[in-house]
Amino acid sequence: MSKFRKKKKGMPAISTASLPDIVFMLLFFFMVTTVMRETELKIKKPNLPKATEVKKLERKSLVSYIYVGKIEGQGGDKIQLNDRISDVKDVKYFIFSERESHPEDEIPLLTTSIKADIKSNVGTITDIKEELRNINALKINYSTLTGNVMDNMKK
Amino acid sequence: MAKRDIPEINAGSMADIAFLLLIFFLVTTTMDVDTGISQKLPEKQDPNITPPKLKEKNVFVVTVNRNNEILVEGDKYLTVDKLRAETVKFIDNGGGLGNPIDGAEPAECDWCEGAKDPESSDHPNKAIISVESDRGTSYGTYIAVQNELVGAYTELRNRLSQKLYGVSYTQLLKDSNNNPSNESYKIKIDNIKGKYPQIISEAEPSK
Repeated sequence: MSKFRKKKKGMPAISTASLPDIVFMLLFFFMVTTVMRETELKIKKPNLPKATEVKKLERKSLVSYIYVGKIEGQGGDKIQLNDRISDVKDVKYFIFSERESHPEDEIPLLTTSIKADIKSNVGTITDIKEELRNINALKINYSTLTGNVMDNMKK
Repeated sequence: MAKRDIPEINAGSMADIAFLLLIFFLVTTTMDVDTGISQKLPEKQDPNITPPKLKEKNVFVVTVNRNNEILVEGDKYLTVDKLRAETVKFIDNGGGLGNPIDGAEPAECDWCEGAKDPESSDHPNKAIISVESDRGTSYGTYIAVQNELVGAYTELRNRLSQKLYGVSYTQLLKDSNNNPSNESYKIKIDNIKGKYPQIISEAEPSK
């Protein structure tokens, strides 16, 4: 009889030995999916316009980003390439340096994504596009959020 | 000699270390997917080449001024939400003969459902959308206009695809992306693209 009574005492502790495994699994997931922001924004974070006919950008390694926006306390649109405020004329050197880091056969696939603030002037964007045309970087993408286009018109 | 057990290393703190790393990556991770409107810029033209002559009725001029007002065909003020329907009407008009496809005789557009107005565009492959913007136009409006123009083409392509294959064009693109080896999707997509080619030209903005 005493044999049985002994067993009743206390709940067995749940083994936590597999907890590290679970946590590691999550850890690896986030390590793989994480993208470190390689550029620090010098301009005010652009408020991207909204659109409905959006396409997802595939293969992020082939995309180079041009930021257009304003700086606190300064007028006019500023262009940021990598982590520097630059002039429109620097766009071509930026693209050339991007091209250098890719193999020859990937160069026609390179896409330039323009992340411009909703209040930027089209003139600035046109200047950038003209520079890109001059050096034959023809694939571009206007970065937008998904949403109603009428929101773009609000002041 | 008695066999001594090797003491097990205490792995209890392993979870703590892993948690620490996990929280670090949780905080730094950004899961934003980049979306946007894709466009292919036209190649630089030789300045000596004279541009081909176009009939005025085949060009749909959309002008955006510096007050973000939209003027269509030089005489009609529109708001952005009306632009898409107007564009569809223009592209889909099919009032005449198109450019010859693959050396065949110029033919009428037998998949168009437009009004066949002789004063509007002849054929989707002749219909050209021309966007004129001012340097002072806001980028938001510009994107809205681009979006509506691309949307008009998507609408027409969806309709044609639904009629020919029973699925929408957007679905075809998705399927083709999921099965890149399946050629039949590509053939269908190319067929629809050929029937409604997207011709959006941009004029240099006025100073």
